[in-house]
Amino acid sequence: MQYSKPLPVITAETREFWQGCKRHELVFQRCKDCGTYRHYPRPMCPSCGSWNVEWAKVSGKGKVYTYIIAHQPFHPAFVNDVPYAVVVVELEEGVRLVSNIVDCKPEDIYIGMPVEVIFDDVTEEVTLPRFRPRGNQR
Amino acid sequence: MEGSTLKDKAAIVGIGETEYSKNSGMSHLALLLQAATRAIEDAGLSPKDIDGVIPAMGVIPFEDVAVNLGIEDLKYAVSILMGGASAVASLQSAAMAVAFGIATNVLCLTGWNGYSGMRASAVGKAGDASLTATPVLSPLPKLRDFEMPYGVFVPAHWYAPLAMRHMHEYGTTSRQMGAVAVTCRKHAQLNERAMMRGKPMTIEDHQNSRMIVTPFRLFDCCLESDGAAAVVVTSAERAKDMRHRPVYIMGVAEGHPVPVDHIAARRDMFQIGLSYAAPRAFAMAGVTPKDIDVAEIYDCFTWVVICQLEALGFCKRGEGGPFVESGRIELGGELPINTHGGLLSQAHVLGMNHIVEAVRQLRGDAGAAQVKDAEIALVTGWGDLGDGSVAILRR
Repeated sequence: MQYSKPLPVITAETREFWQGCKRHELVFQRCKDCGTYRHYPRPMCPSCGSWNVEWAKVSGKGKVYTYIIAHQPFHPAFVNDVPYAVVVVELEEGVRLVSNIVDCKPEDIYIGMPVEVIFDDVTEEVTLPRFRPRGNQR
Repeated sequence: MEGSTLKDKAAIVGIGETEYSKNSGMSHLALLLQAATRAIEDAGLSPKDIDGVIPAMGVIPFEDVAVNLGIEDLKYAVSILMGGASAVASLQSAAMAVAFGIATNVLCLTGWNGYSGMRASAVGKAGDASLTATPVLSPLPKLRDFEMPYGVFVPAHWYAPLAMRHMHEYGTTSRQMGAVAVTCRKHAQLNERAMMRGKPMTIEDHQNSRMIVTPFRLFDCCLESDGAAAVVVTSAERAKDMRHRPVYIMGVAEGHPVPVDHIAARRDMFQIGLSYAAPRAFAMAGVTPKDIDVAEIYDCFTWVVICQLEALGFCKRGEGGPFVESGRIELGGELPINTHGGLLSQAHVLGMNHIVEAVRQLRGDAGAAQVKDAEIALVTGWGDLGDGSVAILRR
């Protein structure tokens, strides 16, 4: 079945992130001068202005910082998904990202919930990082 | 220029609105031009007198406005791209232009066919896959790449995580958000231009309305409307001789949160654009929150009002929920807000209607919703990912 949900447009700036996901590794930019992680990918470090940057693999473990439950679809490809949760995850390394939770009912999500990354190969080109409750091994 | 200030250098001298409806039957351009010509007429000017045009939020190219008005010497044309914060921010730009003689009479306008033309909530039902091409709903490519794949499409998805975190940190409740909705609806009953006139709402109605994006219920979300509004700004000096009593811009500022393009990454999610803008505007005006007689607060969602009241200093951080309860923000209360009904119950035309209402209050023309002896009004804008703007106006 064709994947009909929106996909990222992979650019020179974001390619390393998405290539990491394809390898099932969560990688973020880290400033080589001040050590600060950053997301979204950017040419310059917002903390110190440095252009020196490396891509660093992170643990993939974190906690739910905040979340929402979408009850109404605002995109045709999500009509059969509602209600679905969107979470902001704060990783152990301090970096935050928006994602979804799998293996968990929306009503069971709470702020502070421990989660870990899983990788969803949605197309040949794109793998989306999502999260599941930590300890919930299958 | 050190020590110079925009305080009282510019005034709003004309206001104009279209009818607010679900089906204007007019083109987007015609709608904006109708509001524009009404504002120009209200100022006692002719369209040719306009030499500055600011289409807030880039709702329309300034060229379309200039050509139709027959402007022969357009001296200043910019677009303000701050979503719902654009209308109030456009006052800042207009004030700068007239204060420094760059232009004489500047027209600021917003509006859209927000119901019949481009209705956010209809997308899922209509099977319209073109949403990603709609600039209003996707101001930044980063959202497209890192949030849309997860089901983040509309402003309710952007701001609900903030509200959820606010509830977690400060105990803010859905009933408190409901108090904002009920207040706006109550005020709309007094306004013949309000779309929700004749449709009163109780807190129970709010609590029983369906969830759209938890924690936002249907009645936490503003209306979707067709309509446009416009104002004319000129120098304080010229304003004295015009048709209506001038409404002076005492203080005006915009502000942007950090990082401006990514809500999730903010260390302090409640340090919003307005948190930066408000102290600047109050300092310029030389007044404090206690001096404000009436406030028109941008209300795309109820919680956004609570957050802005905190950022403005009307209450402390975390106390916005209790603040809006017990009638304090209603007409007759300590700080009446959204006396026209707001985006929640008058119409969503991107915030220019808030400025129009503030001007009416200061002219003493607000009818049944008039705040007695209103001398100083405050208007805010909130847009995109928490950009903020604020103007403090006086009669």
